[in-house]
Amino acid sequence: MSGHSNWPEWIYIGVVVALMVWVGAEAWEAERLVEHVPEGAETIVVTGQQWFWTFEHEDGTKEIGELHVEVGKAYKFEIVSKDVNHSFNIHDYVVLMDAIPGRVNTVWFAPTEVGQHDIQCREYCGLIHYNMRGTLYVEAPSS
Amino acid sequence: MVLELQKPRPIWQIMFSTHHTDVGLLYLITSLAFLFLGGSLALAIRAELFLPGAQIIGDAMTFNRIFTVHGTTLIFLFILPFASSVGNYFVPIMIRYKDMAYPKLNAIAFWMIPPAGALIWLGFADFTWYATPPYSIISAPGPAADMWIFGLKILGISSVLGAINFIVTILKCKHPDMSIGQVPLLAWSFLSSSLIILVAIPTFAAALLMLLTDRLGVSGFFNPAMGGDPIAYAHLFWFTFHPEVYVLVIPAIGMMYEIIPRFSRKPIYSYNSGVFAFVLLSIVGFSSWAHHMYATGMSFTEKTVFMVGTLAAVPASAMHVFNFIATMWNGRIKFSTPMMWAVGGIALFFSAGAGGVANAAMPLDFTTHDTYWVVGHFHLFVMGTIAFGSIGFLYYMFPYVTGRMYNEKMGKIHFVMSFVGTVLVFFTQHVLGLYGMPRRVFDYPPIPEWIAMNQIATVGAMIIGVSMVIFLANMIYSSGKGKLANTEDPFGVGGKYYYPFEAKNPHHD
Repeated sequence: MSGHSNWPEWIYIGVVVALMVWVGAEAWEAERLVEHVPEGAETIVVTGQQWFWTFEHEDGTKEIGELHVEVGKAYKFEIVSKDVNHSFNIHDYVVLMDAIPGRVNTVWFAPTEVGQHDIQCREYCGLIHYNMRGTLYVEAPSS
Repeated sequence: MVLELQKPRPIWQIMFSTHHTDVGLLYLITSLAFLFLGGSLALAIRAELFLPGAQIIGDAMTFNRIFTVHGTTLIFLFILPFASSVGNYFVPIMIRYKDMAYPKLNAIAFWMIPPAGALIWLGFADFTWYATPPYSIISAPGPAADMWIFGLKILGISSVLGAINFIVTILKCKHPDMSIGQVPLLAWSFLSSSLIILVAIPTFAAALLMLLTDRLGVSGFFNPAMGGDPIAYAHLFWFTFHPEVYVLVIPAIGMMYEIIPRFSRKPIYSYNSGVFAFVLLSIVGFSSWAHHMYATGMSFTEKTVFMVGTLAAVPASAMHVFNFIATMWNGRIKFSTPMMWAVGGIALFFSAGAGGVANAAMPLDFTTHDTYWVVGHFHLFVMGTIAFGSIGFLYYMFPYVTGRMYNEKMGKIHFVMSFVGTVLVFFTQHVLGLYGMPRRVFDYPPIPEWIAMNQIATVGAMIIGVSMVIFLANMIYSSGKGKLANTEDPFGVGGKYYYPFEAKNPHHD
């Protein structure tokens, strides 16, 4: 329409598109690696319900509101819900997965250092959503 | 010409009028009323979060109801009606027609809003603005939840009626001498956003009915206990409400397209690129809805598809930003109040977009999802971009609506305080999200970083609150006692205005 040349806009759009392609490719590559569950990961069943978390280890031991794991092992969480949607979150390890009734979602992590971390619910689930919290204890290997 | 205050008329005459400027005025006053109502809820939320523990709101249930009604109000009862107000005032004049295509339908679409607003406010539901099942089915207390559902139902119908009206007005009623390529960008923005509404809204309208019957226990679409799937609701909801983000933002961009060239005293850099970006945004807006759902257990392939769809919307938004900057480049810019709001809005639009790219990238989303990062991110859009564009445009149309000028100094103070406040609240909330604070929480553990950042955000919110009081006082005082505006050129920047002084309201004769 207007008489001026448009080349600055084309260059600019080219730069934006190139940036987006780069972000997309990096994200794709990173997510592909993150989603690959290592072999031999121990399974922990995580159950969310209003308003606490229950953890069941492979050997059948159950914990409520607390989760004890060992450094150096890989763990696969199988996340389920008994009532409404929740979201299981260990922010320090970027573990985040929704607990949805009728579904089993999985996510894995491998703790690297001994310590304590917060566990919380990140999906609105009603009255005491704000206090649906727990603690992750990463301990030194027992054997 | 709409000088309501210079030629007073009985209020019922405005209320029962179908003339586009009268309906525009009704939309305007309604939307501003809800802006102040919804905004005061935001201040209550921020005051509560100033420190851990209960502050001013006694219990979690009240807090949950407050943030639900806050979001619902500002999106559906402020932003959308405000855009309709601008569209009503300006679209018929820009396409040179005497009124909207269907004036009675126009008035009906407006009059659906007050009862819907009443349902939402009298109910005061607690299930967040996206009413996620199964919580909304098995846990949310009635009748608040049911009133919310009916309120949203009515608002959806109102939106569809308004959208049909804008589309027909622009495509069928424009002056025969005017080609579609000559329709001003503000009118184009209403054409694009109305087309999105027609495609997007029916999906949520269906989901709302399903949610209601689920609540009544006669169906189990989204109730896992009856074999339903809550994720189906999430898809239906976001299929409507991701495109709805563009319904909200596109008219605000259109308003900036009216303000920026005017105060830069230059024609728009590229009209074609503006039109192209509007059309492109309204198409790619439909390819990204499930980026809200990465953490629901989607497969790697699904996530990849929706990440690509989301990133595809970035170049189109970036074209608008380029267009604004290129228009201002070498212009003789006059920083009157509307221009300051528009430029501030563009800066925040850019920041919001940059944060959005981080959200879209799959692995980063698992850090930010459902934390305060997301709250900060979308508020940079709805407050930083859309409300800034809208408030700037309100200052711009003020002389047209009232025939008087607002107080320029107060307008600038309002802008500076709001801009500083917005940056303090929402940039801080991004960082707070990276520290892991979940959204929609009534209380939080006393983690020092969380406390510090919540306090910064609260201070910012209070600054915005004070600026809004200044704004209200300015609007009320100036509309009655302000200096008379030079209606040919109220801002002293020259050029041809779309100010519709030729638009004759039959009631004024």
